[in-house]
Amino acid sequence: MAEYSAFSLLKNALTGNKDWKPAWRKPDPKASYDVIVIGGGGHGLSTAYYLAKEHGITNVAVLEKGWLGSGNVGRNTTAVRSNYLLPQNTRFYEHSMKLWENLSHDLNYNVMFSQRGCLNLAHTPAQLDDYARRGNAMRHLGVDAELMSVDRIKRLVPALDVSGSARFPVLGGLMQPRAGTARHDAVAWGYARGADRRGVDIIENCEVTGFLRDGDRITGVSTTRGEIRAKKVALAVAGSTGRVMQLAGISHMPIESHVLQAFVSESLKPVVDTVLTFGMGHFYISQSDKGGLVFGGDLDGYNSYAQRGSLPIVDEVMSEMVALFPGLARVRMLRSWGGLCDMTMDGSPIIAAGPLPGMYLNCGWCYGGFKATPASGWCFAYTIAKDEPHEFNAPFTLDRFYRGLVIDDKGQGATPRLH
Amino acid sequence: MLITCPYCGPRDVIEFTYQGDGNRERPQPASQDLDAWNAYVYDRLNPAGDHNEIWQHSGGCRAHLRVVRNTITHEILSTAFARGGHKTESRS
Repeated sequence: MAEYSAFSLLKNALTGNKDWKPAWRKPDPKASYDVIVIGGGGHGLSTAYYLAKEHGITNVAVLEKGWLGSGNVGRNTTAVRSNYLLPQNTRFYEHSMKLWENLSHDLNYNVMFSQRGCLNLAHTPAQLDDYARRGNAMRHLGVDAELMSVDRIKRLVPALDVSGSARFPVLGGLMQPRAGTARHDAVAWGYARGADRRGVDIIENCEVTGFLRDGDRITGVSTTRGEIRAKKVALAVAGSTGRVMQLAGISHMPIESHVLQAFVSESLKPVVDTVLTFGMGHFYISQSDKGGLVFGGDLDGYNSYAQRGSLPIVDEVMSEMVALFPGLARVRMLRSWGGLCDMTMDGSPIIAAGPLPGMYLNCGWCYGGFKATPASGWCFAYTIAKDEPHEFNAPFTLDRFYRGLVIDDKGQGATPRLH
Repeated sequence: MLITCPYCGPRDVIEFTYQGDGNRERPQPASQDLDAWNAYVYDRLNPAGDHNEIWQHSGGCRAHLRVVRNTITHEILSTAFARGGHKTESRS
């Protein structure tokens, strides 16, 4: 019987809800493991889960500096999509989409995956042509995409200003119907429970302070809870990759850390029934099941490890929202926060063995890490278990920059804050 | 965040354009040292702490500035013209 089911709910309701087990244990770290995963966020937890489930490697520890899911997995705007132009990205994110579509069943944990679609708005004829090209590229690889006329967009999102007098009139859009949102905390908790039940030790409040080495080889980590040895040490610390790599003596990476802000409004009745993106700036919005509008915009634009942003971006994001939805101008904001983004030089992630022997690297998620959570862990687990990449993550190497094999979906070049 | 421009004094960050890591060294244009070019284009120090970076006062005097800023607190420690010369200390 599944741990969570209608039957178990009923049984526990009748017995006073006293018999639920904690979703994961709080073990003390052992002296050694087969694999240590640094980072108890979405990617680290899904990596541990798939190591156990797909590869039978259960002697695994996930080390988390704070509490579980305190980083970016709880700080994103929960959008899930696979609407990329370049085939390397499309294949990877579509694999992720397929894992999302069965994730609640696989984890026996409701991640509230809601395929409400993702609509990119076009505001110029050239942009609409560009979207047609991207839509065709997606469909060519078996991903769903359709161009939407203004009439259909108006019916789908009645609150949107599609009048010709808008500052940036809407000319159409590219819709991915299978895209949507998921409840981000549930993703972390579901993966944590799934990994824990298979024997993985999830160790919170355990900050890595250095690496144990035998020559070049990484043989473990020193932490605030003592030294822990492992045959393989895997990093899934996007946002803090620079900081952790410096502990390993690697001072330079093709990554900058930037802060990205997100916002949530007071609860409203249903008004935005999809994930909507603005094409004349950087703005995206969806509505949570509680009714809050969840939205965000651009990076603050300078290197930061602060997990908080500054007011100019707040102003910019709000003005973009009001440009699209004049009727929301008086909606009150409930919260804003910041998360750290590993911005790579081409806007694509890194999932690879190395750069040191015994080390495995998962980083560079820019601000697209949440939707990648299942495939990131799945591919990273494959890479750790087999010491070679799966074909889905084979393009996402660390040395692609030096080999001329960049995967630059937006064509921005080596200016990380623009990706 | 306020940045103290050596010409214009303390100004809001929205007047400035960020140009990134100021530690990078551009090879001579005729250089064929691929490692040096790769390092210049792709490698970043990205410290959690004091960061040496280049900003342009694009909404003001348009001077390029060398700014030392803490990436954890966002405190500006010093600003100077990128080509040297006048330097101001700032605790803004």
